[in-house]
Amino acid sequence: MFYIQMTTDQLLFAYTNMLRAREFDNALINLYRQSKIVGGVYSQIGNEATSVGTSMALGDGDIIFPMHRDNGAHFVRGMTAQEMAINFLFRKGAMTRGTDGTGHFADPKRGIYGNVSHLGAMVPVAAGVALAQKMKKTKNVVINYIGDGGSSVGEVHEGLMMASVMNLPFILIIENNQYAYSTPVAHQTHNPKYSDRAIGYGIPGVTVDGTDLEAVFAATSTAVERARVGNGPTLIESVTMRMRGHAEHDGGEYVPKEQIIEWQKKDPVLKTRALLLKNKIKEQEIVLLETQIKQEIDAAVAYANQLPPPDPSEARRGVFI
Amino acid sequence: MGRDESVFCIGEDIGAFGGAFKATKGLLDQFGADRVIDTPIAESGIIGAAIGASLQGFRPVAEMQFSDFIVNGFNQVVTVAATTAYRWGIGVPIVIRLPSGAGLSGGPFHSKNPEVWFAHQPGLKVVCPATPADAKGLLIAAIRDPNPVMYFEHKKLYRSLKAEVPDGEYVVELGKARIAREGSDATIITYGGTVPMAVQVAEEIAAEGHGSVEVIDLRSLVPLDHEAIFTSIRKTNRALILHEDNITAGFGAEISALITEQAFESLDAPITRVAAFDAPVPFAPNLEAEVLPSKAELKEAVLGLLRY
Ligand SMILES: Cc1ncc(C[n+]2csc(CCOP(=O)(O)OP(=O)(O)O)c2C)c(N)n1
Ligand SMILES: [Mg+2]
Repeated sequence: MFYIQMTTDQLLFAYTNMLRAREFDNALINLYRQSKIVGGVYSQIGNEATSVGTSMALGDGDIIFPMHRDNGAHFVRGMTAQEMAINFLFRKGAMTRGTDGTGHFADPKRGIYGNVSHLGAMVPVAAGVALAQKMKKTKNVVINYIGDGGSSVGEVHEGLMMASVMNLPFILIIENNQYAYSTPVAHQTHNPKYSDRAIGYGIPGVTVDGTDLEAVFAATSTAVERARVGNGPTLIESVTMRMRGHAEHDGGEYVPKEQIIEWQKKDPVLKTRALLLKNKIKEQEIVLLETQIKQEIDAAVAYANQLPPPDPSEARRGVFI
Repeated sequence: MGRDESVFCIGEDIGAFGGAFKATKGLLDQFGADRVIDTPIAESGIIGAAIGASLQGFRPVAEMQFSDFIVNGFNQVVTVAATTAYRWGIGVPIVIRLPSGAGLSGGPFHSKNPEVWFAHQPGLKVVCPATPADAKGLLIAAIRDPNPVMYFEHKKLYRSLKAEVPDGEYVVELGKARIAREGSDATIITYGGTVPMAVQVAEEIAAEGHGSVEVIDLRSLVPLDHEAIFTSIRKTNRALILHEDNITAGFGAEISALITEQAFESLDAPITRVAAFDAPVPFAPNLEAEVLPSKAELKEAVLGLLRY
């Protein structure tokens, strides 16, 4: 696989959004610990290079279907910290009006469609959005994210089947973070190399180090280019580690400590930071950016947290259009 | 499809073959393979693709080869299509056409009437045409509706009914029941495949001088025309609900509850239900006939209601 070196601007943009994802995560974890948040907090720590690197390979008009650990992709596509906080805390003004939580909202103007909880269900839908691009001859590309566990759901197969047989501009990113809730990959699949599945669909399949921003960006760029010129789908397996429990209620005791220690060395945020230094970005500049982002996120979460909940009248509205 | 380029068909064997029941015959020649899309056998894939395309401005009409196979796409319908408006404020203007129903010796897996599963799920419209004209007018209304519509076509009606269909643009608004036969002594409330049977029984009872029976064809279960039901009950004071789906928790239970809650004072007799026995629809013709509501059974029930 060829390797695209990102420009300094791209690296800075990537790092900024990886920090946003990381700090947003930390802020939500904090709220969870204070019992100030309803629902689960699904940390995406460890996944920042994947969510940011893949979505940066897209352009205006392209479309993503993120999963529950892809906040970095939301930020890349222009969601502000304040919007994210309002949505995740479903305050008045949330995009779902408070009808749905976590990252399930949609922002079609920015090419973001949300998830449903049912893992895999959005793969056929994303294929349909890709079908629409083909029918309208837009050249836009659709990315759908799924986990090592979610990949076992039958609808993933049907969606990939449709996308491949119709040669659609569709990319499936399998975020292989070693666990699905408590289930390790070894109990999820007899062949732990998820990219092999591409063979069955007659499409390219690649495995990348999901903690390596440039590798993820390169693999996705290749897939995007392929899809854009009408050469159909690609399956990308991005290998990472879920660094916390499934959600904050889960201590993740079933994960061997050595495994966590091993992956801490590959922290994508730290690796990208090192890349910035290697690219002659000054330490002070980086520290300043880190301070700014932390302030931005903390202010956004604090702002959202003091907003009122949705109006009760919302509950009985909008079942039909 | 001629009028609106955003409408397309998607399903199994719907192109050159024209569909298992020939409902899409000729469409491939007229509109081409880009708008009459043959797919793999993947019901979730088909419905998901329709949902996705609808999010991008299309109005897909997806065909299930038999309504029984909707179970393979159930998640797409109830989890995704039905909830999208509520969660995102974005319409999912898809129509899922479902050839449904029994009476043709289709056995347990080609005979279901699964409408009530979808009537129970908020966010879906459920339409059950009973005449050729309605099959056209309601389908056009369903395609133009901004919400997901489950469109049940009773397979027996495909072959047993022949009637003129209005030319040109003909739209029948969803949620407006039709009085299939006027009457004054009792009301049969039904929909879809059992409407012809209800009318026949009403005619026979009239011819035999036992009474004047009104037949209401609901046309759609969601939206449901409450007013049409109550108006008729206030007039006839006797209600019978007929459907081919099995009885327990069938749509008859819902209508019965509604009448009890809102028109109890008008009733001169207990509400009666005639529906299939609670069993999978069996294959052997004589067994199937045992399970399904029959004309004789209906007639006896209506006469009992009139005598009460
Ligand atoms: C169809 C379905 N079954 C079960 C669940 C409950 N559930 C939510 S997340 C999850 C684990 C997902 O693991 P994976 O796909 O690997 O993603 P990860 O959380 O590891 O990022 C499970 C079992 C669900 N949401 N959907
Ligand atoms: Mg996982």
